[in-house]
Amino acid sequence: MGVGSLGIICIISIFLGAVTTVQTAFQLVSDLVPRSVIGGIVRDSSILELSPTISAIVLAGKIGSSVASQIGTMRVTEQIDALEIMGINSPGYLILPKIVGAITMIPLLVTISIALSILGGYLAGTISGAVTPQSFIEGLTTGFDPFTFTVSMIKSVIFAFIITSVAAYQGFYTDGGALEVGQSSTKAVVISCIMILFADYLVAQLLL
Amino acid sequence: MIKIKNIQKSFGDRTILQGISADFKDGITNLLIGGSGSGKTTLLKCMVGLHEPDSGSVFYDNRNFTSMNFEERIEVRTEIGMLFQGSALFDSMSVEENIMFPLNMFTEQSDQEKLERVNFCLERVNLAGNNKLLTSELSGGMKKRVGIARAIAMNPKYLFCDEPNSGLDPKTSIVIDELIQEITEEYKTTTIVVTHDMNSVMGIGENIIFLHQGKKWWEGSNKEITSTNNQELNEFVFASKFMKKLLK
Repeated sequence: MGVGSLGIICIISIFLGAVTTVQTAFQLVSDLVPRSVIGGIVRDSSILELSPTISAIVLAGKIGSSVASQIGTMRVTEQIDALEIMGINSPGYLILPKIVGAITMIPLLVTISIALSILGGYLAGTISGAVTPQSFIEGLTTGFDPFTFTVSMIKSVIFAFIITSVAAYQGFYTDGGALEVGQSSTKAVVISCIMILFADYLVAQLLL
Repeated sequence: MIKIKNIQKSFGDRTILQGISADFKDGITNLLIGGSGSGKTTLLKCMVGLHEPDSGSVFYDNRNFTSMNFEERIEVRTEIGMLFQGSALFDSMSVEENIMFPLNMFTEQSDQEKLERVNFCLERVNLAGNNKLLTSELSGGMKKRVGIARAIAMNPKYLFCDEPNSGLDPKTSIVIDELIQEITEEYKTTTIVVTHDMNSVMGIGENIIFLHQGKKWWEGSNKEITSTNNQELNEFVFASKFMKKLLK
């Protein structure tokens, strides 16, 4: 679940940081604002919003569809019935490990994403000349509030729970055949994305 | 012995089962037959607890399964083996892992003991040495046989088979039927087979229950089925030209 998603998370994170640097530099037209602010903006937006939320949306597509289709296929091919006949609590056996796996691995992925996003911002700023390395690092290290990282981790855990529980629910209650498995998978991704954005707003409102 | 009393089941406005009562005896192959949509599979699922009947009771050796809670049902379920229509093998596991799965979940046996049991079950279904094959590498007939091996891994007292011959060629169907009958006689299991295959009916139907429109329409053995005056049953049994010729 985590290792398989590392590649895509690395790629999007570097570009997220790079784009944030370039666009922030573009909007800083006043000479009164120091260029070092770019480092601070990249850091805070990566920690608070971009890494947890964008990663969660990408993971909803990757992990969510995979969980929904895997469990949905097990449902339509009677594998879940087979578990139940054996006396096994099928939701506990199939869903719980996925939720535990996600709430362990997704915060780790988000932490890696934050680091790579800042690195991407640094590289883009340096290569494009939008900000000097010294200014970027100065902005990065000034005024850091560790609570922002706590908020980011809280978001990651909530998003991880949403991604796996919504996908598992959709898969578990699939009824029909291959077509319905596909529909469950799509529904899982759409509902997860909406719930992630809603939870994102709610956490920001409550904690910040 | 399994007893069912007045089982009723509806899905929305559609009534599937209308008060079915029956006894399924030990050591013989009990067949549930009937046309498509007659309620055979629904009845089977009500009996094993995959569907909850709207009313009525299922008794496993005088234990009322219907009134049991989840924990109590687990005890009964460890005595149940089931072969599904599509085999329902876990596709992420090998043949050996599939058969070992219930042993891992419910026994304290050592790895060696479990492996010996797996090998015994595979030998019983004539698949010795195929332990490491993945389910995707198996033919339809092999899947059914692995399904039977998994179903008997825990030495079940009750064996349920949902259309064991579906999708199989006639020769393989006979092999599966004979296997089910041998296991039933050997282990004195209460075996219930849902089928609409007339070869199975004539071959292993020691006690046959014919369902029609959600009701028990007829009960008897394969010796009696061709001489009954029951019109609906005759239409079912002699639907094919081959069976009509056979009667003449």
